[in-house]
Amino acid sequence: MAVRQQTAAARVQPPITERVTVLAWLKHNLFSTWYNSLLTILVGYLLYLVLVPFFRWAVLDATIAGDSKAACSFGGACWTLVKVRLGQYVYGLYPEDQRWRVNLALVIAALAMVPLFLERFRHRLTYAVGLVVIYPIVGYALFYGGWMGLPVVETSRWGGLFLTLVIAGVGITASLPLGILLALGRRSEMPVIRSLCVAFIELVRGVPLVTILFMASVMLPLFLPAGVNFDKLMRALVGVALFSAAYMAEVIRGGLQAIPKGQYEAAMALGLGYWQMTGLVILPQALRMVIPGIVNTFIGLFKDTSLVTIIGLFDLLGMAKLIVTDPQWLGLAAESYIFAAFGFWIFCFAMSRYSQHVERRLSAGERR
Amino acid sequence: MTGGSAEPIIIMRDVHKWFGEFHVLKGINLEVGKSQKVVVCGPSGSGKSTMIRCINRLEEHQRGEIVVDGIELTSDVKNVEAIRREVGMVFQSFNLFPHLTVIENLILAPMWVRRVPRKEAEELAMSLLERVKIPEQAHKYPGQLSGGQQQRVAIARALCMKPKIMLFDEPTSALDPEMVKEVLDVMIELANEGMTMVVVTHEMGFAKSVADFVVFMDEGEIVEVAPPSVFFTNPKSDRTKLFLSQILQH
Repeated sequence: MAVRQQTAAARVQPPITERVTVLAWLKHNLFSTWYNSLLTILVGYLLYLVLVPFFRWAVLDATIAGDSKAACSFGGACWTLVKVRLGQYVYGLYPEDQRWRVNLALVIAALAMVPLFLERFRHRLTYAVGLVVIYPIVGYALFYGGWMGLPVVETSRWGGLFLTLVIAGVGITASLPLGILLALGRRSEMPVIRSLCVAFIELVRGVPLVTILFMASVMLPLFLPAGVNFDKLMRALVGVALFSAAYMAEVIRGGLQAIPKGQYEAAMALGLGYWQMTGLVILPQALRMVIPGIVNTFIGLFKDTSLVTIIGLFDLLGMAKLIVTDPQWLGLAAESYIFAAFGFWIFCFAMSRYSQHVERRLSAGERR
Repeated sequence: MTGGSAEPIIIMRDVHKWFGEFHVLKGINLEVGKSQKVVVCGPSGSGKSTMIRCINRLEEHQRGEIVVDGIELTSDVKNVEAIRREVGMVFQSFNLFPHLTVIENLILAPMWVRRVPRKEAEELAMSLLERVKIPEQAHKYPGQLSGGQQQRVAIARALCMKPKIMLFDEPTSALDPEMVKEVLDVMIELANEGMTMVVVTHEMGFAKSVADFVVFMDEGEIVEVAPPSVFFTNPKSDRTKLFLSQILQH
C-alpha cells in the first residue's frame, strides 16, 4: 500500500523542466535560423549606434558642476542648466521667496490623501468627495494669496511643473464626475438630456484641444460684455476639464454597457431608485471595469496640459522652452527638453503603476 | 378568472402588452389572494415571464389595469417604487451584485430603501441566511458560491425587504440538477410560512405540493386556471393536455 502510494505520488509530479542556460536561450530565441541571426545582429548594431553615443553624451561626457554654460566644456550634456534653473522648471515665474506656499500646499495635499490609502477607513468615498470640494479652495488661497499678509501672485506667474500639476489635477478631478454624468445622460431615457449629452460629447471630441483653448482664451472675451474678465488660467482649466470630460464619458459608457441587464432589474426589483441603483450597483462595477481606460485618459490629459503654452501659460514644457531662449543658455534645447520629458514620464508612470495596484486590490476578493 | 376566495392582493384586469408588433400579453385576467401560491407554467414564449415581470413593472403594460396591494401600477414613479418595496423578486440568473459580499447584497436595500440602521439590517440578514441555511457564507462574494447557494442568497436578499409578495421567475432553470432541491426546499418552507407567491416554473412536483392553483399560459393568454389536483388529472383544454403530455412523459 505504502509503495503503491509512493509510486502514485511520483507519477503526479510535474514534468522536469529543462534548465535553460543563457546560451541555449540565445540560440533558441535569437539565432534559431540564419535570418533570425541576421536580424539579431542588425538590431544589435542599430542599438549600439544609438545607445552608446547617447549614454556617452548624457552620462560620461556630461557636466553638472558649475553654474554657467562656461562650465560645460566636455562636449556632452550640460545638466548644469537644469541644476541652476531647477526652481523655474518646478515653479515657473512664481516669486522665489513665496515658493514655500506651493510646497506647503503640496505637503497638505499629500497628508490629506493619506486616509484614502487606509484600507480600514470606511468613509473613503465621502472623504474623497469632501477633499475634492475643499482642497481646491485651500490650494487657490495659498497659491494666489491676498489674505493675512500673503502677497498676491497673479496666475500669469504660475508655471513649470507646479502649473502642470494644477491643470492636470483640476482636469482629472473635474473630468471624472462630469464624464460620469455625461455617460449616464447619454444613456438616459429622456430625449432632451440624451441629445444634449450626445451633442456635447460629439462636438467636444470632434475638435482638437488646441481649438478649445484658443476659443476659451481669444474668442470668449469677445462675447463677454466689457469689464467682465475671467482669468486666463481659469478659462484654460474649464477648457481642459470639459475636453477630457467628453473622452471620459465615452470610456465610462463602455463600462456601463458591459453591465448585464439583470443587475439593473435586480436593483429595481429591490425598490432602489435611479440614483441609488446607479451609485450603489451600476457605477461601482462599471468604473472598476474601465480603470485602464480611465487612467489612459488621465495620462493623456496630463500630457495635453502642455498645450496651454499656445495661450501663453508656461507649464513644464513651456518653461523648458522658455529657459533655452535665455541668451546665457543658448543651444541647450536637448537637455531642457529631455529633462521636461523625464518630468512628464515620472508622473505618467506613477499613475500607471497606481492604477495597476488599484486593479489588483479590487479584483482580489471578487471572482465572477 | 379568480383563483380563490381570499382577499385579492394582486389584480390584473385585461392586461395587454406589445413588444413592437408582437402581441405578448393578450388580455390577462388574474387575481391572487393573500397567502396564495400560484404556479404559472406554459411553453416558452407564452408570455409567462413577461406577465410576472409586469407585476413589479420590470415590464410596462400598455392596456388594462394592475393593482398590487391596493396600489394601481401607473407610470407614476412613486407608485412603482412603493410596489417594488412590497414585492420581492427572484430571477433565473440570480442577479446578485458581484462587487458586494453576500451580507452586503442583503443589507443594501433595507439600508438605502427602508432606511434601516446597519446593525439592525445585518441582524435581519444573518437570520435570513440561517433560514436559507448558508450563514457561513455571509462574507464571501457571490462568485465564490455554487449556483444553488447563489439562488438561496437571492431569495434571502428579496426577503430582507420584508415583502408581502414574492415573485419567482424560473428560479431553478439555471441550476445544475443536484442543486434544484435545495432551492425548492427553501421555497416550500417559505410557502408554508404563508407568503404570497407567484412562481413561474416547470417544476411540476413543486406545483403539485405547494400551489393553490396552477395557471397555464400559451401564446399570451391564460388558457386554464385550476387547483393542481384538477390541473394534472383532468385538464379541460387540449393545449394544456398537449403541454402536460410533453413535460410529464419522462
